[in-house]
Amino acid sequence: MRTADILSFAWISLAAGRVRSLLTLLAMSIGVAAVVVLTGVGEGARQYVVGQFSSLGTNLVIILPGRSETSSGSPSTFIGETPRDLTIGDAVALQRLPTVKLQAPVVAGESGIARKGLERRVPVLGTTASLLSIRHLHLAAGRFLPPGDPRQSRAVCVLGVKVRQELFGAQPAVGRLVRIGEHRCRVIGVLASEGRSLGLDTQEMVVVPVAFAQMLFDTEKLFRILIEGRGRAELDRLKQQVLALLTRRHHGERDVTIITQDSVLATFDRIFSMLTLTVAGIAGISLAVAGILIMNVMLVSISRRTSEIGLLKAVGASNSAVVRLIVTEALLLAGVGGLLGLGLGLIAGRLVEQIYPDLSAAPPLWAVGAALGTALLTGLLFSLLPARRAARLDPVLSLAKR
Amino acid sequence: MIILEEVNRIFSVGGQEVRALDGINLQVKPGEYISIMGPSGSGKSTLLNLLGLLDRPTSGRYLLSGSDVTGLDDKQSARIRNKTIGFVFQFFHLIPRLSAVQNIELPLLLAGIPPRKRREKSTAIINDFGLFERRHHKPEELSGGQRQRVAIARAVINSPSLLLADEPTGNLDSKSGLDIITLLEALNQQGLTLIVVTHDLEIGSRARRRIHFLDGRIVADS
Ligand SMILES: Nc1ncnc2c1ncn2[C@@H]1O[C@H](COP(=O)(O)OP(=O)(O)OP(=O)(O)O)[C@@H](O)[C@H]1O
Ligand SMILES: [Mg+2]
Repeated sequence: MRTADILSFAWISLAAGRVRSLLTLLAMSIGVAAVVVLTGVGEGARQYVVGQFSSLGTNLVIILPGRSETSSGSPSTFIGETPRDLTIGDAVALQRLPTVKLQAPVVAGESGIARKGLERRVPVLGTTASLLSIRHLHLAAGRFLPPGDPRQSRAVCVLGVKVRQELFGAQPAVGRLVRIGEHRCRVIGVLASEGRSLGLDTQEMVVVPVAFAQMLFDTEKLFRILIEGRGRAELDRLKQQVLALLTRRHHGERDVTIITQDSVLATFDRIFSMLTLTVAGIAGISLAVAGILIMNVMLVSISRRTSEIGLLKAVGASNSAVVRLIVTEALLLAGVGGLLGLGLGLIAGRLVEQIYPDLSAAPPLWAVGAALGTALLTGLLFSLLPARRAARLDPVLSLAKR
Repeated sequence: MIILEEVNRIFSVGGQEVRALDGINLQVKPGEYISIMGPSGSGKSTLLNLLGLLDRPTSGRYLLSGSDVTGLDDKQSARIRNKTIGFVFQFFHLIPRLSAVQNIELPLLLAGIPPRKRREKSTAIINDFGLFERRHHKPEELSGGQRQRVAIARAVINSPSLLLADEPTGNLDSKSGLDIITLLEALNQQGLTLIVVTHDLEIGSRARRRIHFLDGRIVADS
């Protein structure tokens, strides 16, 4: 038989049992829609979380001086040898690595800041222009630290919103002078109110050039070096390169700790993927139910069409042709149901997106494929039994029925 | 055309053996017109089902057109049923969802013949059988005689060489019965081997060769 003929014959047969077919179609489409919506929402939630992490800087690598306890094992730390400090020279050298997009040395400390008799103590962060981009900071007014040689100390500062408020009130701050410690310093910008950075409240802190901070706190050491890598995929390579470079610069001593957010992210990624799979599995159960309904429909239709099957055999249908006809009917039910369900699921996903605009509820491609595939597979599996039963019917006995 | 050698068909019903066919020997030449008569339960339908490859003998041999078809597998016998044998039943066995044309084209559909060719063949037969006006009607919209015409058209559309009819007039009034048997005879005139099972003496006696059955045996063959 030609495929087109099998399909149209199956279609005619399904159309004859309209109500039964429609109900089965409904069950199948609900099953598929459930898979599509739930995986869509699950995947959307995963991407949302990953996105949130990314906005913090997923390609962020933090270098701190000293080997962390957990990863230590080198005898040098046992001996108690003090680690070599991180220096601006280290930071500048790191910039030359191909995997490093940006680097920012950081010196942190606390100092008094004063203007016209108003004085308070604030955390002071010494860094370079790159920090703005690495930490995704924004300015409310003025400019951030100017680019240039990090070793050059310039008496400028960028204020956190609260600091600005306390020192200047309603007056404009940019261009005015303040006193930080013993040094006069010109305000060049104000940070937009933002969350926390490096454990500091950006609203409460003051940012100055790194060399200025070193002078202020009378130190050569860096508190951290922040690096933004060129890509997530290269993060491992970046870590190795950074480690190799710093080890060389520190005369063969592995005395730094490198932290990435990648591991945290990977964990979240795994958890959400698991969750999505789980819901998909649960939704899959409804597909199995739909499969059983298909089987029922096919069994009923076969018992009603016993004499017809006998007739088909009498005019030349082989047993396998009968199987093909019945299975095609089931696949048609499952396929059309699946497509309907897909449409339904996509519409429902859109609705979810309307309600939660932050969430993308578009189902992942694999889920769409899996839902349709499972629909067809259940159609196939659950129609095999009825089809084989039909094929085994004795044509003589079936034709004896009217 | 047909040679049956010592054919037995034994059913076992509740541990009891029923010899539906008991040592049948039969030869049929191409183009013959045979009627088979006998009391109910004497084995007429069983014989026809065997000849039509819908059933298999318990023992014995069946030669059709010179080749042994006793042990053919399902695919092979389905092919023969499709190509060389036409079946006509007492209760027509038309598919209710399909129109007259679609029912008639069914054997061609199963043979995988493309729609255009199917239409060609069915149109010719529909015209011959005077079904043109009714060709798009569903079986339930046809009279008994028309239904049997459609069924006969279906049986012969693939140009078989053997036509088996099991009480083709059994469900019709005498006028349409006569109509149908005349149609079958006309097909026989064109060279089709025709075997008709009937309870109707008048119809049975029209055949050139009449076979009488009793308890699974041939008791008269003239
Ligand atoms: N599938 C079957 N299982 C058991 N017994 C059967 C079966 N088919 C036929 N028989 C028996 O075989 C015998 C012959 O049956 P068959 O149908 O050939 O009779 P028949 O001559 O066609 O009768 P009728 O004129 O009533 O149609 C009967 O005794 C019947 O009960
Ligand atoms: Mg009978």
